[in-house]
Amino acid sequence: MTNDAITTQPTYYEEVLRKGYSRRDFVRFVSMMTAFIGLEQSAIGQVTKAMETKQRMPVIWLHFQECTCCSESFIRSSHPIVADILLDKISLDYTETLMAASGTQAEEALKNTMTKYKGKYLLCVEGSVPMGADGVYCMIGGKTSLQILEEASEGAAAIIAWGSCASNGCVQSAKPNPTGATPIHKIIKNKPIIKVPGCPPIGEVMAGVIVHYLTFGRIPELDKLGRPKAFYSKRVHDTCYRRPFYDAGLFVETFDDENAKKGYCLYKVGCKGPSTYNACGVMKWNNGTSYPIQSGHPCIGCSEENFWDNGRLYERGSSFAGFGIESSADTLGKVALGVTGAALLGHAVATNIGKSTFIQEHQEEGKESEKELK
Amino acid sequence: MSKRIVVDPITRIEGHLRIEADIENGKIKDAYSSGTMVRLLEEILQGRDPKDAWAFVGRVCGVCTSIHSLTSVRCVEDALDIVVPPNAELVRNIMFCAQYMHDHVVHFYHLHAMDWVDVVNALKADPKKTSELAQSISHWPKSSPGYFSDLQKRIGKFVESGQLGIFANGYWGHPAYKLPAEVNLIGLAHYLEALEWQKEIVKVHAIFGGKNPHPNYLVGGMACAIGIDDVSGLNAERLAYVGQLLKDGKEFIEQVYIPDLMAIASFYKDWGAIGGGLGNYMVYGDLPTNGYRDTANYKFPGGAILNKDITKLYDVDLKKDDEIQEFISHSWYEYKDGDNKGLHPWKGESKVKYSGPKPPFEHLETDHKYSYLKTPRWKGNAMEVGPLARVLVGYARGREDFKAVVDKALKDLNVPIAALFSTLGRTAARGLESVLTAQWGLEFYDQLLANIKNGDTRMAEMSKFDPATWPKSAFGVGHTEAPRGALAHWINIQDQKIANYQLVVPTTWNASPRDGKGQLSAYEASLIDTPVADEKQPLEILRTIHSFDPCMACSVHLYDEEGKTISRISVLGD
Repeated sequence: MTNDAITTQPTYYEEVLRKGYSRRDFVRFVSMMTAFIGLEQSAIGQVTKAMETKQRMPVIWLHFQECTCCSESFIRSSHPIVADILLDKISLDYTETLMAASGTQAEEALKNTMTKYKGKYLLCVEGSVPMGADGVYCMIGGKTSLQILEEASEGAAAIIAWGSCASNGCVQSAKPNPTGATPIHKIIKNKPIIKVPGCPPIGEVMAGVIVHYLTFGRIPELDKLGRPKAFYSKRVHDTCYRRPFYDAGLFVETFDDENAKKGYCLYKVGCKGPSTYNACGVMKWNNGTSYPIQSGHPCIGCSEENFWDNGRLYERGSSFAGFGIESSADTLGKVALGVTGAALLGHAVATNIGKSTFIQEHQEEGKESEKELK
Repeated sequence: MSKRIVVDPITRIEGHLRIEADIENGKIKDAYSSGTMVRLLEEILQGRDPKDAWAFVGRVCGVCTSIHSLTSVRCVEDALDIVVPPNAELVRNIMFCAQYMHDHVVHFYHLHAMDWVDVVNALKADPKKTSELAQSISHWPKSSPGYFSDLQKRIGKFVESGQLGIFANGYWGHPAYKLPAEVNLIGLAHYLEALEWQKEIVKVHAIFGGKNPHPNYLVGGMACAIGIDDVSGLNAERLAYVGQLLKDGKEFIEQVYIPDLMAIASFYKDWGAIGGGLGNYMVYGDLPTNGYRDTANYKFPGGAILNKDITKLYDVDLKKDDEIQEFISHSWYEYKDGDNKGLHPWKGESKVKYSGPKPPFEHLETDHKYSYLKTPRWKGNAMEVGPLARVLVGYARGREDFKAVVDKALKDLNVPIAALFSTLGRTAARGLESVLTAQWGLEFYDQLLANIKNGDTRMAEMSKFDPATWPKSAFGVGHTEAPRGALAHWINIQDQKIANYQLVVPTTWNASPRDGKGQLSAYEASLIDTPVADEKQPLEILRTIHSFDPCMACSVHLYDEEGKTISRISVLGD
């Protein structure tokens, strides 16, 4: 899947200049071409302009059952900043959040892009689609979101499913999913779909996905669940700076206790980092300012499917649905390790070479926690 | 003979809003406001852990992010009789102020400005004159002729490309645009600057709540422990970061937002007599300075005003059965004992029942039910909530800080106080309270530092975190002032689980359909008599609707599906 036609091709004017011709040559060429394709002389200016100007990637951004946190996160991107994305990189032809036009004029803008750039535009979807009651739980311009999605996806080159709503249904699909909130990939089957889960996804991740598409001319490599590998291949737990505390058995027992002030591991107060694939631990949020765990709150697992129904927020991870092979290895490790302090030390050193002094200092405390964890 | 026009989607808002309006002799004769999306979050909350509710309802809205989470933890704390430590209150207040600064600036530049600023006309501006003008109203450093000239070239190139993106099909050249080209260019320049600025102030949320949008909250306090001698806790570096962000944010509001607001407003004074609407205003109040329960010492005082009479203030009681009630005469729901009765949120019952036309459709059946929003009333009155209500109540309460900003603005614009009851008044009030919250944010910040210095490092009251400590049955209300207005959540906890959870949110007050008596809600009332120069280009409608800053995802909520009746909760001796 590439989008060469739109982003990687230089304009005709650039091409002409590169080959050593002058602007006068270029205009002469345009005049000839205009006559050749049967246009009036008055169209020369228009053709010249069109050939001089490089097209930006047309983007349609639909909003369905959502809270707009994805759009908000997108505008938080620090690199590239959103003003540059909007002015230089893409042509955001439809988005209810930011576009100037409303009503008929908004619908026209949508239609224009769908017709003019058929097969070439990028379709972004924020929000889930309610399938209950024939779709009347989300209507725009008198149409259901399902009708709008089906029409807009037909001519899309690719689809980005922004956030957990579009990727897996998010909060409105939590039990009992009363509106039949449905993610995009369960409705549209014949287009490449990039899932960018998270509630919301990190702003720089969203910008990163778009920039990847524009820079390399193809969609990013996806994992088996359809998420870009670049951002969703590592567990928050594995990239967490508090991981050594976990390995050492040092935990926050309750919020605001002494261990919380020391920044120990939040696993026992419900951290879902061990079962959550996201880039929070590496990229952090808001241009690297912090991320939930750094600010003392457990990861709630917002980029995982059905995270609203995977146990309570402050419940220890044992009841995670899909607490997989990798993470149970940790758990098994813990159970075995709890037996003796020596074993604890052994495991800790094995997983954290070079941290042995640190571990030793906290060993006694860790042993106590270890027993409780068991 | 009037003509019905439809504006759907209303863009540059949060969510899905449809306006139908009847136009006669160039003015709006009647208007209908409809929310067209629903997610049924309240049903999803049933049976869940009350401590988790803040995360679910936080997802009600990602634009006024954090504010539903704040209301939710207060609601549960009220039910369980938890008093949070002063530091937690201060952190919540600082996050509240940062949220206002962010939300109001983004609203002004990115959601509202294009109703007043003609982007294409900005290309005709003289950069030198623009620079002189900019320097005469503010000492913001980015105002050289070169700065405006470069920007103009960049936008010129953008427009020439023929791909207008978000500016495509705007109402450029419409006769209602009145700004000189130079002011348009300043507006456009600051649209882009504000887009870059807004990602900074929210870092306050990231520091305390781990991320933005949707920072984390905690029943009992906040999770961001103070650890001044640890790299993970709130230490000197983290706190200094917050201080810098608040200071920079205040600078932007005072040197960019307010000068632009006043400059633009000075060309649209006629809008000080358009879009007034109800004249009834209501505020719950927020920003505690002596604990959440001491409502008399809030920075934003509560109260209600009726018929624009600011000499009389009424108190609002969220727990009284006959004060706040929701009606469904024109909403796609059913009540068990008939659709004409109003229900207090603690007794709220809902059954969604869409009875509108089958999509795709041209018009709603506005004589019948026509919205997913319910219709809330205070003692039977339709009330407007939001920045204007807050500024009026603060002014009416005689608060010096409110009087100072309001009187100065009226004097600078040379308009009487009556001009506040309007579209322009709403837009101006939002700016004025941004100035106040920017100041207050720094006051709260100084208090937080002083507390820590004095040895108080508590951030959460955890003695009632364990459900085993809870009573078998508990009821709570939590309130706040969301950027868009008065917000409250009501909870009923039975056997450690949520038995009922109700939200009555600002945009429901403002954007709801009329009630059974035919009383219009705020949006509909404010559109009456609004002039419409070109019925194919609904610019004037957008001006007034945007002056409320609609947030539709917030406003729609209910908790039932397909005819199933939920268990009714018995409260207040019922």
